[in-house]
Amino acid sequence: MQSSDFVRQLQTPGGNVKVSKGVNLDYMLVMILLVLCVISLLVIYSATGQDTFYVKRQLIFMMAGFFIMSVFAQFPARIWERWAFVFYAGGVLSLAAVLLGGVEINGAQRWLDLGFTRLQPSELMKICVPLMISSYIAKQAIPPTFQHVVLAVVLIALPVFLVMRQPDLGTALLISVSGFLVLFLAGLKRGYLISAFVLALAALPSLWFFVMRDYQKQRVLTLLNPQDDKLGAGWNIIQSTTAIGSGGWYGKGWTHGTQSQLNFLPESHTDFIIAVLAEEFGLVGVLTLCGIYFLLMGRCLFIGINAPSMFGRLMAGSVAFTFFIFVFVNLSMVSGILPVVGAPLPLVSYGGTAIVTLFAGFGILMSVAADSKQR
Amino acid sequence: MNDTSAFIDVSEQKNLFISRVVIASVIATAMTLIIVARYFDLQISRHQDFVTHSDNNRVLMRPVSPPRGLIYDRNGQLLADNQPTYNLTLVRERSVDLEELLTSLKQLIHIPEKNIVQFRERQKRRKPYESTALKYNLTEEERSILAVNSYRLAGAEVSARLARHYPKAELFAHAVGYVGRINEAESRVVDSVAYSGTDSIGKTGIEKYYEQNLLGNVGNEHVETNARGRVMRSLSKVDPEAGESLTLHLDSHLQEAAHTALKDYRAALVAIEIKTGGILAMVSTPVFDPNLFVAGISQDNYSALLHSKDRPLFNRAIRGQYPPGSTIKPIFGVIGLQEQSISMDYRVDDPGFFTIEGVERPWRDHNSKRGGHGKDVDLARAIIESCDVYFYTMGLETGIDTLADYSELFGLGKITGVDIPGEQAGIMPTKMWKQQARGEPWFNGDTINASIGQGFMLATPLQLAVMTARLAARGNAVQPRLIKARNGVEEPPLTPANAIDIEPHYWDYVHQAMQDVVHAPRGTAFGIRKGMTYTMAGKTGTAQVISINADDEYDKTKIDQRQWDHALFIAFAPVEDPQIAIGLIVENGGHGSSTAAPVARLVIDEYMKTQTKPKLGQR
Repeated sequence: MQSSDFVRQLQTPGGNVKVSKGVNLDYMLVMILLVLCVISLLVIYSATGQDTFYVKRQLIFMMAGFFIMSVFAQFPARIWERWAFVFYAGGVLSLAAVLLGGVEINGAQRWLDLGFTRLQPSELMKICVPLMISSYIAKQAIPPTFQHVVLAVVLIALPVFLVMRQPDLGTALLISVSGFLVLFLAGLKRGYLISAFVLALAALPSLWFFVMRDYQKQRVLTLLNPQDDKLGAGWNIIQSTTAIGSGGWYGKGWTHGTQSQLNFLPESHTDFIIAVLAEEFGLVGVLTLCGIYFLLMGRCLFIGINAPSMFGRLMAGSVAFTFFIFVFVNLSMVSGILPVVGAPLPLVSYGGTAIVTLFAGFGILMSVAADSKQR
Repeated sequence: MNDTSAFIDVSEQKNLFISRVVIASVIATAMTLIIVARYFDLQISRHQDFVTHSDNNRVLMRPVSPPRGLIYDRNGQLLADNQPTYNLTLVRERSVDLEELLTSLKQLIHIPEKNIVQFRERQKRRKPYESTALKYNLTEEERSILAVNSYRLAGAEVSARLARHYPKAELFAHAVGYVGRINEAESRVVDSVAYSGTDSIGKTGIEKYYEQNLLGNVGNEHVETNARGRVMRSLSKVDPEAGESLTLHLDSHLQEAAHTALKDYRAALVAIEIKTGGILAMVSTPVFDPNLFVAGISQDNYSALLHSKDRPLFNRAIRGQYPPGSTIKPIFGVIGLQEQSISMDYRVDDPGFFTIEGVERPWRDHNSKRGGHGKDVDLARAIIESCDVYFYTMGLETGIDTLADYSELFGLGKITGVDIPGEQAGIMPTKMWKQQARGEPWFNGDTINASIGQGFMLATPLQLAVMTARLAARGNAVQPRLIKARNGVEEPPLTPANAIDIEPHYWDYVHQAMQDVVHAPRGTAFGIRKGMTYTMAGKTGTAQVISINADDEYDKTKIDQRQWDHALFIAFAPVEDPQIAIGLIVENGGHGSSTAAPVARLVIDEYMKTQTKPKLGQR
């Protein structure tokens, strides 16, 4: 049925069915993503001292991402709904594999060596978890009942636990947020929301005393007063806020940021890339980027609201807000209002797994979009 | 598919979703406002603060050089220390116009064109904010000229740094060696962080061998600089760790005595303390001033050293390979006794030449006038008077491979493993060696040549000293080394190599014969015993540089000086309880007894002086 539709559409280009192209892509999303990619490449080029090495690699990741997105967009949404568990299980297994035999960088085991490239399974989970929870909850009663909520929490907690063991507390928190977002969007009752909130508050002290490692606590303390530790953990924040602040309205111009070009900024092409953008393109640049992100989110929510299935709605909605959370956490962390956790700026920071994962997520979203257009 | 018990209408589901999206969007918008407010605060409200911070106060991390470890001799005299020197460095980024700056600097002080070319070369590889040296070792006058004019020399800076200095100049040039500028090839190999505070590296001798100990750990300093790069204040500092100070076994008194005696020759001497293997003196002449290399030697000076016919840069003590000549006889004597190819009663008649069947040409006895050493020459006489014919016979009886096996235990034919780089192994020939190296079979004639330390056999002065030390120590395998202590902590003794298994009375016999070389009227080194307050055992040697026909007398006057025989001498003292062993060679010095032996006497005299008087700092 689906395939015959496909053939009919192919044979009658320009027909009255809106999705009449042979390949299903949401062109508005594609445009927005392309703009973000261009920004990403420009800033990475500047951040890496005008070296094309990282730019080329990032471009390859983006092309791979676009390819995967295009492929994913061709499947009908119910395929994703049905196969969500497979992705989820694969993700959890690769997380377990990381703990058993991962590559260690900077004291944390986050990567799996695949021979030709390194995979960061915790990044995959940022999409696999909302996909799994959306698929699970959509099959159940809406709003979800107690037992479904409990099972969903278990499904979220398993990968979160594994990521925490790496240790990567920041990513673990982001993954759990992306999962709970689905529950929230699914209409989780107010009572659960309040108790979840209270639980989270109660969990904070135990997080501080039992889970967080010294360097993680240090980051939180540093946030409260970076001047205390000017050359240690405070260094990054002082340097990044200096970079951002010295940007002004219009910035110092592309490749002319002194903070970033003189290597004062740490991780300038990955987690701290927004500081480079802010220094070189100013507040105007930051607001423009935020605007583009808002367009992206808006488009995702639009797709979600028009989605015919609960799964489609939950998936699109959670991708939109998860994406927002990533952006928010990164922008806050670099500007010194949240502790420094390993959170890249989505689609702009250098990093292969994150890029490909996000594109895959948008691919699933496009298949949801195609569903809604056909009804 | 749906759980029917809690079924809600589809449109109601959708409305619930939309209401949740609205709530989430409101929260998201609020969060976005926080972000925007934060960025507005940083980028607009506090913009000026951060511009000031960014432009005027750049925090830089500068490496802080660790002082290189000092080197002392055994008496605590400094052999290498660090002294401040002043260099002129430029930072491209801070100069208004680099070319203009160079022009005005040239008007103020003399800057050779070569420096400017080198500066441009180095400049290419540096980042604009890194400093590059233009001129080293500024004089007091140059420094004051630059200081007075500094207001119009933005980008130029006079920086003080510690440079290596060798107070004894040429005296230890070969043993201690020297440091020099890190060259292209070295810079690719060394750890760039460890060397960020220095541009020197040990090039030869102790300085090279113990580079890692001497280097120290680089420190760092975070400094705030203004826009012109001037350091405003230091924020934090991780102090560098000085390199280890090394105490060597070398003794300046002995070194000086040897150097003074040998400085007009091409010669080398190594003296070893027998109990520890410590090298008391290591001299190779002619010498050079290692201080020339520290700040970069001028091309003229360097090619003069490099192309000198006398090869002053060549460390003859460990790299010069010479035929050991008759100095090999004492160890061949004990080997022959131990292998019973001769005995203490064995005697030969020496008519002054030696023949073997099938070879027409006779072997001459080099150490006698026509007529030879006469009848009934035993081993003692053969050593005392240096009779070649006795050893020709003994060598053929013992066989080259047996001689070689033992000789290797005495340290010949392989490197001794001393702690300075570049040591040569010499040659201790065997039948297999000749087959491999020359592709020819071994002849009896080769054994005859080898049995008086000629032919293929080669040894370094260090090997001669080691051989003598092991001979004096009755087969105890003394291991030579220069290092005595690091940071005042004595180095643990080296695990000795295999001891040489020879009957005690054979050692006694040969020691006595060697003592008679010096103390008996017929001894070849009898000339040096006058006024000696201790007993010395020695053996002279003469190594042919050109071969002389058996029928011709060697006549110095008829031959170019560079083809004169090399003079050799080995010695140890006191004979009853050997403390010091010496090996030395004087290139083209003629006979060992006249040129080489007196030098050994001088050095051992000096050593005995330090033994009798109470040492400083000891109760």
